[in-house]
Parts: sequence; structure tokens; C-alpha cells
Amino acid sequence: MLEIRNLDVRAGSFHLENFNIKVGTGQCVALMGPSGCGKTSVLETICGLRQASSGTILLGGEEITHIPPGARRIGLVPQDIALFPSLSVAEQLSFGPKLHRWPADETRERIETLAKALDLTPLLDRSPEGLSGGESRRVALGRALALRPRLLCLDEALSGLDEALHGEILAVIRDMIDRENVTALHVTHSSSEARTIADHVVTMHR
Amino acid sequence: MSSPSHTARPWRTRPELPFLLFLVAVLLAYLGLLVTLVAANALTVSPSQALEILKNPDIRHSIKLTFFTCTATAILSVFIAVPIGYLLSRFQFPGRALIDTLLDIPILLPPLIVGLSLLILFNRITPSTCCLVLGATLATATIAGFFSRPRPAPHAPAILSSLALISLALLATAWFTRNSTNSIESFTANRLGLPITFQPIGIVLAQLPVAAAFAIRTLRTTFDQISPRYESVALTLGCNRGQAFTRVVLPLAGRGIIAAGTLAWARALGEFGPVLVFAGATRGRTEVLATSVFLEINIGNLPGAAAISLLMILLAVATLLLVRLFADRSPSH
Repeated sequence: MLEIRNLDVRAGSFHLENFNIKVGTGQCVALMGPSGCGKTSVLETICGLRQASSGTILLGGEEITHIPPGARRIGLVPQDIALFPSLSVAEQLSFGPKLHRWPADETRERIETLAKALDLTPLLDRSPEGLSGGESRRVALGRALALRPRLLCLDEALSGLDEALHGEILAVIRDMIDRENVTALHVTHSSSEARTIADHVVTMHR
Repeated sequence: MSSPSHTARPWRTRPELPFLLFLVAVLLAYLGLLVTLVAANALTVSPSQALEILKNPDIRHSIKLTFFTCTATAILSVFIAVPIGYLLSRFQFPGRALIDTLLDIPILLPPLIVGLSLLILFNRITPSTCCLVLGATLATATIAGFFSRPRPAPHAPAILSSLALISLALLATAWFTRNSTNSIESFTANRLGLPITFQPIGIVLAQLPVAAAFAIRTLRTTFDQISPRYESVALTLGCNRGQAFTRVVLPLAGRGIIAAGTLAWARALGEFGPVLVFAGATRGRTEVLATSVFLEINIGNLPGAAAISLLMILLAVATLLLVRLFADRSPSH
């Protein structure tokens, strides 16, 4: 469960005040709002990439407001996907587990499970350069889920996809959220996308 | 009510040729000047004379020393430029703009002043004074940063703490060595057995400030072009900042690092004033190609000077082509 109380975020002239939200375990909440209202800032603050001026972030009952990003157990799929160009698909998926020194068997098993669920098995040796838009997003989703995070943050992860692919990837994301029983926060501009994927929609204003 | 009458006027197109001719003429005039400069050198020396010069043991030593010092300078420049370029590209902290400007000073200074400053620093200043000045400057910067408003960026406390620690260490060193009246040169020569002024290592130090300044510019641009989202993802996956840098950013900056090193190498190749002032131009000892040209002119051997100049031009062109090759192939992230 994710709970944010009275969150204040300041970055230059931008100021987000008194942001509150509650997302139940395994639920997906879509965060909507006009450009510049602070959706990405909220996501970055939850992930620990941006410092909160004040307020409390609780994840699974534990306060994570001031702990480093890597200790929060949050998976992130950023807007530009950001697959590491020098690593193969398999290396992208095993990046987190290897960093956390998971046993080799457990890492291999996890990668195989994710690759199967996300239909990535034939792509494991490929470099990100040759992947299509849909494949890249599936790899980024697998990378974010590899460590079995408590929260999955998706920052406009579907922007730039054509309509057919958009629907397909949206279904894949929802399927993975249910399969992994992970709490998810999905930032989007599209109200239809929000309605399709999310259990609840939260709209932010400037 | 009468509507204003509009007479249809034909649109007049002006000929573009004169403007294009002007652009091409300026380009050709400047290129012509460059080509004539190279040709003037080439016409001064016959192939047999050039070969003879290149067989001269002093010039061979000069070529070897040039390769060695330029390579050492390029490697050192990259070592300096990678962390500085990354710091300036990724972190916001008080005084960042001032530091950015200070780093360009070696590029803008007359080269002779770099050599003269090194000479004075190593032979007139004691290590204690040096530590005191650096420590005091850093302490002032730390205090200014601490009281700066609006509140500094999130990284500022870590950077200010590091600055405070380094300035304390420097001031403590200055205090403990306050009774020593020896210059830095005597300290390195007598205590460490490493004389620097008028030695080959002095050549590297004389080449370093300008070469490193170019490398810093190049690497800062490289890091600017790499999306910070790679690091964001790496941080959420469990990396600390250092791991995100070494595992994710550094492999992406590979081509930029090679380009920066190559550029620093080329810049070091052409360094003359600081080398002459700080390392001297002793035949067979501290003579590099740039000083060889000067020595050959001094003894009236114009063909010799022209032959060495041609070799330097060839090396510079080859280096620039290499940089261009890496820059063109460098993917944008």
C-alpha cells in the first residue's frame, strides 16, 4: 500500500503543495493532469530521485521519505524508457538482481519467468538498438519488475506508440500488475488510457 | 462604402547568386590562406632534406618525447575531465557558473603566462603558502555557498561538506608545514627525488592546463547529451551514484572520452610557450617538436623547421580526423 501525506515538493519556480494519495496493495492508480502540474515530480519524489520539502511517504507501512532510491523497492519505467544501450535484453533484466547479489539460480529463474510472461524469450540476446517500440517497453517493464518491487511507477511509458501497439502494451502492463500483485502508479495524459488500466483516476491541477 | 482597391503587384524574386558567391568567396579565401601556409612549408623543404632531418638523433628524440608527453598529458587530462565534466553536467551547486568560467581561463590566457605562472609557483612559492591559499579559497567558497539564497539544490550539502573537509585538510597541512621555507620545486626534488622544472615531467605540466580545459569542455558536452534518466533507473534498481556513473554513464561516454583524449593530445602537441618557459628547450632532454621548430629557426635551418612543421601539421590533421570520426559515430542518448 502506498500512502502520501501532505507532500511538498519544490524545484526552482515549481512548487507542489499538500499532495495526498492512498493506493491499495495490488491496485493501479492513474495520475492525470495538465503539463507542468507536477505529475512527474510526484513520481520522482516517490522514487527518491527528488527531495521532498516536507510530508511523508509510506510504502507497505514503512516510511520511505528519506531513504535512498535503491532501498525503496520501487520499479520505474520512465517516459523515454531509458534501456541501457550497452546491455543486452537479458542483462537489462538481470541488472537489478545482480546488483543485489541474488543467487545465480534465482536470478536465472526470475529472468526466465519475466521473459516468458512478457514474450521476451526470443529477444534475450538482442541489444536495445534493434528493438521495436513495443519490445522496448516490455523490456523496460521486465527490468522494473525484476526485483519484485512493492510499487511500480510508470511515467507516460506509452507515449509515442501507435494505437494498436498502445492497446496491446496497456493490456500487458495490466496483466503484469495483476500477475505480480504489485501496487502501481501510472502517469498519463490520456483519459482513455487511465480508464482502461487504472482502478482509480486522480487528477492534479496547476 | 467603397472597399480599398488592391492592385495585384507581381512578386519580385531577387537573384540569389551574388549572396551565394559571397559565401563561397569568403570560404575559398580563408581555405586558400590555410592551404598556402601549408604549401609554403612544403615548398621550403625537399623530400631528401625532410628525410635527413627526421633521421637526426635529436629530432628522433624530440619525436619520441613529444609522443610520450602528449600521451601522458592526454591521459591526465581525461582523468581530470571525466569527474569535472560529470559534476558540471549533472549537479547544481552554488558558484557553479563561476567555476565553469574559471575552467576556461587556461584557454583564454596567453600561453606564455601559463608557463611563467608554473615557473613562479614551483620555484617561489612554498607548499605551505600553496595549501594556505587553496584552503582559504575553498573555505570562503564553502561559507559563501552555505549562506547563499535561494536555498541551494539537493546536492549542495554533500558538495559543501566535501569542500569544507578538503579546505580543512589544506589549512591543516599549511599549519603543519608553516616553518618550511623551501619552494615546491625543492620539496619535490629533495624530499621526493622528483625534480620538475626544466625536466620532461615539466613538459607534461606545461601542456596540461590548456589540454585539460579542452577535454573538460568536450566531456561536459558528452555528459550533457546522455539522458539523466539512465541514472534515475539505475538508482531505483539499487545503484548508488558512483555505481550508476561507472556501470551506466561511463560506458555510454566511451566515444566522448576518446574524442576528449584525442583533442587533448592534439592541443598538447601544439603547446610551445609554457613548455619553453617551464621545461626549457634543451636538445636531447626537454625538446619536443614545437620547441624543435624554434631551435631549428634559431640556428638558421629553415628547411629543418619546415620539415618538422609539416610533420606536426600531418599529426594535427590525423588527430582532428579521428575526433571527427568519433564525434560523427557518437550516438545521441
